[in-house]
Amino acid sequence: MIIKCPYCGPRDVIEFIYQGDATRSRPEPASNDMAAWNAYVYDRANPSGSHREYWLHSGGCRQHLVVTRDVSTHAISSVVFARDAAVAVKSGEPA
Amino acid sequence: MAEPQSPLGASYVPGDHGNAAAGIGVTLRERKGLSIIQVTAWSEAIPAMLTAIGSATGLALQNKPGLGRVAGEKSVFGFAPGRYLVVSATPELETRLRSVIAPDLGTIIDLTHGRTVIRISGPRSEWVLSKLFAIDFSEHAFAIGNGRATLHHDIHANIQRIDDETFDVYVFRTFARSFWATLGHAAEEVGYRVE
Ligand SMILES: [Zn+2]
Repeated sequence: MIIKCPYCGPRDVIEFIYQGDATRSRPEPASNDMAAWNAYVYDRANPSGSHREYWLHSGGCRQHLVVTRDVSTHAISSVVFARDAAVAVKSGEPA
Repeated sequence: MAEPQSPLGASYVPGDHGNAAAGIGVTLRERKGLSIIQVTAWSEAIPAMLTAIGSATGLALQNKPGLGRVAGEKSVFGFAPGRYLVVSATPELETRLRSVIAPDLGTIIDLTHGRTVIRISGPRSEWVLSKLFAIDFSEHAFAIGNGRATLHHDIHANIQRIDDETFDVYVFRTFARSFWATLGHAAEEVGYRVE
């Protein structure tokens, strides 16, 4: 699998570290809602098709990325810096 | 001043090696006496940082991924957003950079004693490096002056293209001897000369 890093260009997957589901949102740090924390840590829907994932380009520019990938075909439809995705989510745009 | 020791030690053997009878495919040498400084800009300060690097070195860059420039022993290249290696044969380089880079622009780290720079040149340099690194070394994909951050066998390296058939490879000093041996094995097929 090749991931096209927005900085480094196309690189082999061996340069990247998978960092999990990029759709979950962390509860407020002061929250005592155990069900919400449990869901944040453990619950994953694992659907077929398109996933939004964090990847770290550890073997290149060392940036965190948000990759949209179809887990049944490995086709990648988008790669953006996680920083830019976080800004987009904050301002209400789809990242 | 004390003479810095090369980590390549006894494994640096000048002369012709491998299949040299059929011609010299690549020439290898260690670049010595360099100052190697990593400069990192805060994300809003990248254009100002590039201006500052330009004023300290005479090598101004545009803010685009992997861009770099070379002038003699001096070179600059980007290898991550806002991160640059700045290299020169003068021991004054760090002082010069510090005089133009205030803390509100970013940070400066002297890597001189942590990196070994190996220059590989010759008609088969793209071929030999392609055995070690999974990136495209052709000139249309990797232009002169530009830099890369990538891996060889899970270990980091930075690479800068110096001209059409010359590259500088920056490896960790503590892995330099191992990398040198690996590079020699990769170059045996095409014949290589150590200067
Ligand atoms: Zn990258």
